[in-house]
Amino acid sequence: MPRLDMPESCVPEPPLRHVRQPLPHDSARLHVQGAAPYIDDLPEPRGTLHLAVGRAAVARGTIVTLDLSAVKAFPGVVAVITAADIPGANDIAPTLADEPMLAETHVIYHGQPVFAVAAETRDAARRAARLATIEIDAEPAAITIDQGLARGERVLPDYAFVEGDPGAVIAASSDQMTGTMHIGGQEHFYLEGQIALASPGESGAMLVHASTQHPSEVQEIVARVLGVPEAFVTCEIRRMGGAFGGKETQGSQWAAIAAVAARLTGRPCKLRLDRDDDMALTGKRHDFRADWSVGFDADGRITALDLMLAARCGCSADCSAGVVDRAMFHADNTYFLPAFRIDTRRVRTDTVSNTAFRGFGGPQGMLAIERVIDAIARRLGRDPLDVRKANFYSEGRHVTPYGQTVEDFSTGLALIEELERTSDYRARRAAITSFNETSPILKRGLALTPVKFGISFTLTPLNQAGALVHVYRDGSVHLNHGGTEMGQGLFQKVAQVAAEEFGIALERVRITPTSTDKVPNTAPTAASSGSDLNGMAVQIASRTIKARMAAVAAETFGVPVEDVVFRDDHVVAGNRRLEFGELAKKAHAARVSLSSTGFYKTPDLHWDRARGKGRPFFYYAWGAACSEVTIDVTTGETKVLRVDILHDVGRSLNPALDIGQIEGGFVQGMGWLTTEELVYDAAGRLLTHAPSTYKIPVSSDVPADFRVALFDDENRADTIYRSKAVGEPPLMLAISVFSAIADAVEAASPGRGVLLDAPATPEAIVTAIGPFDAATAFATLVSNATSRT
Amino acid sequence: MMKLSFEVNGTPCDLAEIDTRTTLLDALREHLRLTGTKKGCDHGQCGACTVLVNGTRINSCLSLAVQHHGDRITTIEGLGTPGALHPMQAAFVRHDGYQCGYCTPGQICSAVAVLAEIEAGVPSHVTADLGAAPPLTNLEIRERMSGNICRCGAYSNIVDAMAEVAGVKA
Repeated sequence: MPRLDMPESCVPEPPLRHVRQPLPHDSARLHVQGAAPYIDDLPEPRGTLHLAVGRAAVARGTIVTLDLSAVKAFPGVVAVITAADIPGANDIAPTLADEPMLAETHVIYHGQPVFAVAAETRDAARRAARLATIEIDAEPAAITIDQGLARGERVLPDYAFVEGDPGAVIAASSDQMTGTMHIGGQEHFYLEGQIALASPGESGAMLVHASTQHPSEVQEIVARVLGVPEAFVTCEIRRMGGAFGGKETQGSQWAAIAAVAARLTGRPCKLRLDRDDDMALTGKRHDFRADWSVGFDADGRITALDLMLAARCGCSADCSAGVVDRAMFHADNTYFLPAFRIDTRRVRTDTVSNTAFRGFGGPQGMLAIERVIDAIARRLGRDPLDVRKANFYSEGRHVTPYGQTVEDFSTGLALIEELERTSDYRARRAAITSFNETSPILKRGLALTPVKFGISFTLTPLNQAGALVHVYRDGSVHLNHGGTEMGQGLFQKVAQVAAEEFGIALERVRITPTSTDKVPNTAPTAASSGSDLNGMAVQIASRTIKARMAAVAAETFGVPVEDVVFRDDHVVAGNRRLEFGELAKKAHAARVSLSSTGFYKTPDLHWDRARGKGRPFFYYAWGAACSEVTIDVTTGETKVLRVDILHDVGRSLNPALDIGQIEGGFVQGMGWLTTEELVYDAAGRLLTHAPSTYKIPVSSDVPADFRVALFDDENRADTIYRSKAVGEPPLMLAISVFSAIADAVEAASPGRGVLLDAPATPEAIVTAIGPFDAATAFATLVSNATSRT
Repeated sequence: MMKLSFEVNGTPCDLAEIDTRTTLLDALREHLRLTGTKKGCDHGQCGACTVLVNGTRINSCLSLAVQHHGDRITTIEGLGTPGALHPMQAAFVRHDGYQCGYCTPGQICSAVAVLAEIEAGVPSHVTADLGAAPPLTNLEIRERMSGNICRCGAYSNIVDAMAEVAGVKA
């Protein structure tokens, strides 16, 4: 056995039975039978009430009248809850106490919950919730980023990374450009909407089943609104029907309302948001405005970048601190910036509070720099891939704007060069150029873009995880940890680690729901860190138990403990063998504990935010994608023809799950950058509050030619089995689609590719193309056709 | 209130008193406790609630239960058994045709019906020749499955699973 303190890369990897296997998701057989229960599928406890919320119909103002008599009188209504009824604090904010559970006097976004109704049926609750008279003295509202910037309110202070005098360097450079880009937000549309079921227990206890990525925070907030110690509240979640960041903080409010209703009525209470309410009342990916100036040399090498990122944070801080910081941490992507100002505005608007969404600001920062690179390439008439390579981190040019050195830039460069070859980039570039010369209506575009994503929570205290493992006397194993399952396959990966550690069949490992009464004070399952953190915590817990069992085996066999090996469901030393369950029985009889917690914290992290310097990331995950698109210049219609992806997951814990994450992340990113457009009216009402008007990618939108491969290279950092995090990084592979569309726009209308805003809807595409001479285009078509015949 | 009789997964079911405004989805989930069929958007836009009615797929959230008096309903629970999965269910397992699993029952019901539609010669938006039998192609499968949102983006694996059941290369 390798010693715990010995880096695994120093010893040859022993044959692995479970880890690295492409095993299906832990609930695979249940999912295909519809037998995997989500919260709404759980049998309702006797007497369960159903909740609905009553909403404010202005974006900003003061409540002058709240008449709930008709709501209370509606048949089936048991209780109506307002802010005044909350036993504890009216505060569901994760950090800054800036977001109430129910509006008291001030309304801060259109649709904000003002009261909740508890009724015998869901139907009665929903009907009654619409009967309130709410008069609000409306004030002028800031809905867009530009309106918010003009008003000047922030949810958090401005913050910048600065090195040198970028303005002077840009001015002194041989060439310089400026630009502005608007980047849209994104609705999570987890298929399972927000839901919580709260059941009151004895002496003030509360059990909350909540669809959340952050059970510990739900526990904290429920305790806060109830005014009870955290130890009185348990939050449990077995699985979510998707989350994508939308259940990191955004589940808390519904759990809090359900818990307050349960406390006040003494009955179990379930709040399941209707889909339209869910889309209107929960935060989304932040939309950004990026204003940039760049200086560069004749080779396209950046001399200095001055970038201003303004984010629509909405009505409260929520996770905007981390989201906007992460946009800054990724505004370099894979490129060295000798001088820079990366400045940010965390803009308060009178809209729902924007929140975590897969990538957590990283995608917006990365898109900004990639568009700068594209702009430089156009100006110089060079292939954007060459400009990307010219700016790529390299020896002596490998310190990021936040002071962390990129030690493995050669991994990133090798990856994009391999993809350049396997995607046949250069030949296709030539073919597309010649296609575009003779095709006035349909234009093709091609782009190969890299991804470097920093792995770790940038809020260092979150980089910790706990596990609880029991071995029973029959040799079965109860597995629990602080991570939550939202479809990403975390539970299976961690179970593989546990089974590998004990040398037992995976079937012996019983995966159990995440619960705050088993593993306390956990971090959210976020920042792609689920397997890194919880895999390690489980490995540590398992090794603790295993060491105790090994001592029992050594004594039984009369061998040194170093000779004891766990494999094939047995414990083995020389020619002595004992079945794993038999050993567990022996250990129990010898009064040896077969239960252990495990605790892990990511090593070597430090971040000094005041100085803007440190090592916030344990390591980087790399990837690249090459996308080819066609656009119709007359309609803006787009088709993604082919996508090649090469992505770095280190040594994969489970290649089937990892490829699923890569494909799914890419598709979701493609939706963000092409079809998914959030539209608010001037009053701040979300108009795209259902998938009928908010276009999510479906099967027919996936590229017909979609090639995904894993880049084979172990993680240099000492992670669980040298794997790498995979949840978020692939989303940014979709930037290649956006850059390819911009490339096609450039072909249609030289000089205008840089004007494309995200999402690249047909409208955005025709707007970027600008005036189009249809008569000449059709004449060219006819002439082409004639010359062919 | 109305009395309703229909067959669900091969079993005759009588609902003595059902509100005529109850959707088929709510009747299945809340009256019959068949929670395999999921409520995603409740607007007929996401496909999570897809079930088979007399062999044809529908969004059960857009249909009133009382419209189905005498009908034969098949939900995900009725497609196979734990010991003998329906071939489509088994193929979804083999190809990882899901991540979070919430859309999966709808995807599988839809997938079973899609293959039957192609078999029966029902054309789709992308069928080039309305006079001929629609081909069993990747393009046809993707088009016909485009009413079922998978937000996790497991589409390639879903198409692979369907292609395997249909006996073609996706």
